[in-house]
Amino acid sequence: MNEPIRRLSVVVLALFLTLMSSASWVQFVKADQLGQDQRNVRTLYRQFGSFRGPIVVDGDAIVRSVPVDDPFNYQRIYANGPLYAPVTGYYSIGPGRSALEQTENELLNGSADALFWTRLSELFAGTEQEGASVELTLSAQVQQVAFDALGDHRGAVVALDPRTGAILAMVSKPTYDPSTLAVHSTSEANRIYQSLLADADSPLINRAIGGDTYAPGSAFKLVVAAAALKAGYSPDTVIYAPQELDLPLTTATMHNYGGEACGPTDYITLLEAMQVSCNTAFASLAMDLGWPAIQSAAADFGWGSPLSIPLGVTPSRLPDSPNAPQVAQSGIGQFDVRATPLQLAMVASAIGNGGVLMTPYLVATVRDPDLRVVERTKPSVLSTPLSADDAAALTVMMQAVVTSGTGTAARLDGVSVAGKTGTAETGLGTAPHTWFVAFAPAENPVVAVAVLVENGGDMGDEATGGRVAAPIAREVIEAAIAVQQERN
Amino acid sequence: MATVHEVTARAGRLSEASLLVIAVGITVGARAFVDANAGSGIDQSLAVYTAAVAALAIGAHVLVRMRAPAADPVLLPAAFALTGLGLAMIRRVDFAYAARGRDTDFGTTQTMWAVVGVVAAMAVVGLVRDHRLLRRYTYTAGVLGLLALMLPLVPGIGREVNGARIWITVAGRSLQPGEFAKILFVIFFAGYLVSNRDTLALAGPKVLGVRLPRPRDLGPLLVVWAAALLVQIAQRDLGASLLFFGLFVAMLYVATQRVSWVLAGVGLFAVGAVVAGTVFSHVGSRYEAWLHALDPSVYDSGRSYQLVQGLFGMASGGLFGTGLGEGSPGLVPYAESDFVVASLGEELGLTGLMAILALYLVVVQRALRAAIGVRDGFGKLIAVGLGFSMALQLFVVVGGVTRVIPLTGLTTPFLAYGGSSMIANWIMVAFLLRISDVARSSDLDAPAGAPAAEART
Repeated sequence: MNEPIRRLSVVVLALFLTLMSSASWVQFVKADQLGQDQRNVRTLYRQFGSFRGPIVVDGDAIVRSVPVDDPFNYQRIYANGPLYAPVTGYYSIGPGRSALEQTENELLNGSADALFWTRLSELFAGTEQEGASVELTLSAQVQQVAFDALGDHRGAVVALDPRTGAILAMVSKPTYDPSTLAVHSTSEANRIYQSLLADADSPLINRAIGGDTYAPGSAFKLVVAAAALKAGYSPDTVIYAPQELDLPLTTATMHNYGGEACGPTDYITLLEAMQVSCNTAFASLAMDLGWPAIQSAAADFGWGSPLSIPLGVTPSRLPDSPNAPQVAQSGIGQFDVRATPLQLAMVASAIGNGGVLMTPYLVATVRDPDLRVVERTKPSVLSTPLSADDAAALTVMMQAVVTSGTGTAARLDGVSVAGKTGTAETGLGTAPHTWFVAFAPAENPVVAVAVLVENGGDMGDEATGGRVAAPIAREVIEAAIAVQQERN
Repeated sequence: MATVHEVTARAGRLSEASLLVIAVGITVGARAFVDANAGSGIDQSLAVYTAAVAALAIGAHVLVRMRAPAADPVLLPAAFALTGLGLAMIRRVDFAYAARGRDTDFGTTQTMWAVVGVVAAMAVVGLVRDHRLLRRYTYTAGVLGLLALMLPLVPGIGREVNGARIWITVAGRSLQPGEFAKILFVIFFAGYLVSNRDTLALAGPKVLGVRLPRPRDLGPLLVVWAAALLVQIAQRDLGASLLFFGLFVAMLYVATQRVSWVLAGVGLFAVGAVVAGTVFSHVGSRYEAWLHALDPSVYDSGRSYQLVQGLFGMASGGLFGTGLGEGSPGLVPYAESDFVVASLGEELGLTGLMAILALYLVVVQRALRAAIGVRDGFGKLIAVGLGFSMALQLFVVVGGVTRVIPLTGLTTPFLAYGGSSMIANWIMVAFLLRISDVARSSDLDAPAGAPAAEART
């Protein structure tokens, strides 16, 4: 019987070789493909299963990972989630990552090149890979004040330090709570994500920097004025400001707000035009200056250029080659002129900083798990859109807006505020977008701010930047000055 | 390893002792990793465990060397190492389930079963001094085997789990009598075949050039075998039907050396498999889950969920594994029993799985070597039957998990959670130790280097 036993042992060997091949097929040949299968939650576990660094504001971790007893090992906690959501974004096993959780991902999860030495020492110490902590430029206090001041309005607030570009507050409403997306259930996270996506108010969009851009309305007059100063105008230069401006090539005319006249005669100074936000004056000024001059002034402020703060900022837009009536419309921030709130905050910032525009940034410092500094953002100049003299001249005009113009609601005791209102028509039957951009103190600014309230909040057709947005800006400026005094 | 060499005379006491030290090291080391990485850290319970494992190993070693001095020195350590790895992985799965909010204590239960298994095996080695005595109980074994197989069908004690009615409940414990029926049938087949193999092979009419056996010679064998298959089909125990069929064909072939019967058997099996797939919906759905496992419609229906989760686990283990206690075996349903191989593949990697398969291969080849070495036909058939059934069982389980064949429910010898399987497999080891002792003692008498004489009847 030994011969058949020997043959049987060959059969046995064949069976085992088959098993070894199939095991190799699964664990080696097909391993990557199976690992990428979206039904394979292990890949998620690996990705989500390590300690992720915190996001820090004013020394407090607004986002942090805490150990939990489930397969993901750590739960991402968003303290005050809705307040910071536009900046932090979410980190979810369902829809993935967004905002800083996305842009700073490699630092947060510890895989960034900058953390190579940290990883190496972790390897030798046999400890788990840990992410770096990301410290933001935001001020918890300014952020909170801006959030509260914006109330239930749809809109955004951006505040930055004109001297450095450090962003002090970035609020967007309506917002959402990233905690709800951080649940450790893919189906639950996806369900909540879908409902946020489907929300007509788009809570997932950070209105301060992207998604939609908005017609800046009269706030764009700052750019036109900058172009005019560059072309040799002064605040005292008298310009044409009729009650009703005939637009060339068309039968249409342009009016001022409420159909009023800008002054007793058809001629007023540039300063007066700014102070009362005279549409006919700026429309005719724009046509006199010509589109290229305005276009170049706007580009110097950042229009048309993408920006990474490190969140991606949607470039603000200008019409390509408008005809004369379109230039007139564009001169008052209508037609195809669009801007993000951050862009308008940058305009205010550059004017306040003597004509020098600092690059806006959100991340101040990145520290490795041992709190050693890995990266520190150095303030840098983005452009110089104005001469110091022109900046000073514009500052005077903006102060006039607040002391006795359309922006009196932004007046602060003991602090000279320089500001500009904006009320952008959005079409028949819908309330205008209202703006206020400002910086303060006018002589030595520590904060520049832009406030946008979509569709005038609850004031409907009566809404203007002066009534709706200026009071919000005032509160933010007040808080920022208090904080900056503390910090300095 | 494709050919089996003749055994040279060697007592093997030292080899067994040193291999046991390694096996105990693997057993204790694996548990230490599990405790450190997945549990609450290493504590004094590991010391208790180490002492118990070492005591069991020393006890088994001493008893085997006293009662079966020439027994194959590789069998005991290999079975020990496999059992130890299984215990560690089952404990690890307990931790994994606990992390998912499921409170299980498979590890402790299985440790107890492992002790019972080793003690039972030692009792067999101690009590059964000569395997040839078992031949007296050929028909008793056949009848007992059938009865054991049918027990789960008895109302009151039988229990159905996941569609298969193969469990009985005795004194609050679940038993799978089929695991023991496997050994009993091996004894019956061996006893019957060794008595009738000449008449089976030589007598009978010739049809189309193939000599068929006389019905009265093949009859009892066919009755028992067909009854067993019918019972298993009634119990929806697909894996066991496949195992018994293969075991029967292999033993018949070894006894009669008739290749034509093997081909007939394989052909019959193929027809049976196709018919079963069309007739029985539960078989058809197994085929579907096997062939189109990753197909979203099949996966979403849940039919291939377990299989695919197991594949994901093994894939994430890759070449070197996540490390014991570092993977997520708890995601796979039945990670402690049916899919313990996937759990091991995930945490020990392809490397670890290959090592485990190699351990099995060593056990099976040693069984076949004992079969060649032993002189009596009964002993040969027993050793072949036990060895081949282990190989085939492993093929059915691991092949099912790695998608070589459709997934069926069979236990992985030594590794999977389950007391019946643990005890039965250790008793199989005991028989193999006994037969290998006889095989190697006869070598001791033979002149060195001379091939062992074949036992021709």
